[in-house]
Amino acid sequence: MIIPTKIYFRVWLALLLLLVLTWGLAQVDMGRFNPIAALTIAVLKMLLVILFFMHVRYNKPITWIFVAAGFVWLAIMIDLTLSDYLTRNAVPPTLHHTWQHGAWPAPSKEGP
Amino acid sequence: MPNASSALAEQFDDLPQQQESSVLGMWTFLATEILFFGGMFMSYIAYRSAYPQAFAEASRHTIVLYGTINTAILLTSSLTVALAVHAVQEGRSKACFWLLVLTVLFGCCFLVVKGLEYHDDLNEQLWPGPHFKSGLPPQSQIFWFLYWAMTGLHALHVTIGVGLLSVIAWMAQKGKFSAAYYNPVDVSALYWHFVDIVWIFLYPLLYLINRYS
Repeated sequence: MIIPTKIYFRVWLALLLLLVLTWGLAQVDMGRFNPIAALTIAVLKMLLVILFFMHVRYNKPITWIFVAAGFVWLAIMIDLTLSDYLTRNAVPPTLHHTWQHGAWPAPSKEGP
Repeated sequence: MPNASSALAEQFDDLPQQQESSVLGMWTFLATEILFFGGMFMSYIAYRSAYPQAFAEASRHTIVLYGTINTAILLTSSLTVALAVHAVQEGRSKACFWLLVLTVLFGCCFLVVKGLEYHDDLNEQLWPGPHFKSGLPPQSQIFWFLYWAMTGLHALHVTIGVGLLSVIAWMAQKGKFSAAYYNPVDVSALYWHFVDIVWIFLYPLLYLINRYS
């Protein structure tokens, strides 16, 4: 499958525009929307690279499955790890106390 | 110039099947790479959620200009390597060679800029340890540990990519590839795009998101 070069140039232009956009948004104080905006743009850039530069859009479904596999396992790792870290302070104080003497380090005071 | 029959390995029925298999093999390898870098991104997420203030303060010491220039360089190198694959698909080996050389040069530019940045970082005493920059919260050293580990590992991948694409460029120059057989160019380009994608995420995480929070 040969893709016209103009598509590559358009994708490249879009990537550079997204780079300028993400740099510009970082100069503005949007509170907790700063990381959301930056990561959304990063995901968009990644999709452009995967779908067009890496030709995945034009490949057979089996390639899609192989591509998705890596990200699914990454999502499992992040999900299971955060289900621990982000819920540590949700444990009742008594339980919390005994937990602090377990194998895990005490949760930070500064944490969420 | 190899003809279609000599380029076909005996375990495959035809060239499209061989091509498809090499692409699947490369994506399998890239899945392991996603998880390899994923472990470090996981550490970043865990420690950033534990010490948001320290991470915000620490990340304001990264040099955005270097990071932005390097992002532009890598995105452009992804374009040139994609065009190199396009050229060989059309049987233009000479154009493929020069586009690969251009990609290698962009890769080297990235490493030079990264080196300048590392030099400035070291002058600012941002290497974690007993001589770490004073005035920053102690946990900010975790951010800088992750900065050196993640960008260092990424730079290693760029270096490997530069070596890989140099060999592929040399092979293209020797006339090893044709419109019928170009799997090595294709899968090497996939590796280079992957390295680009890792940087697409390192750039906001290390340089941008804590600037104003």
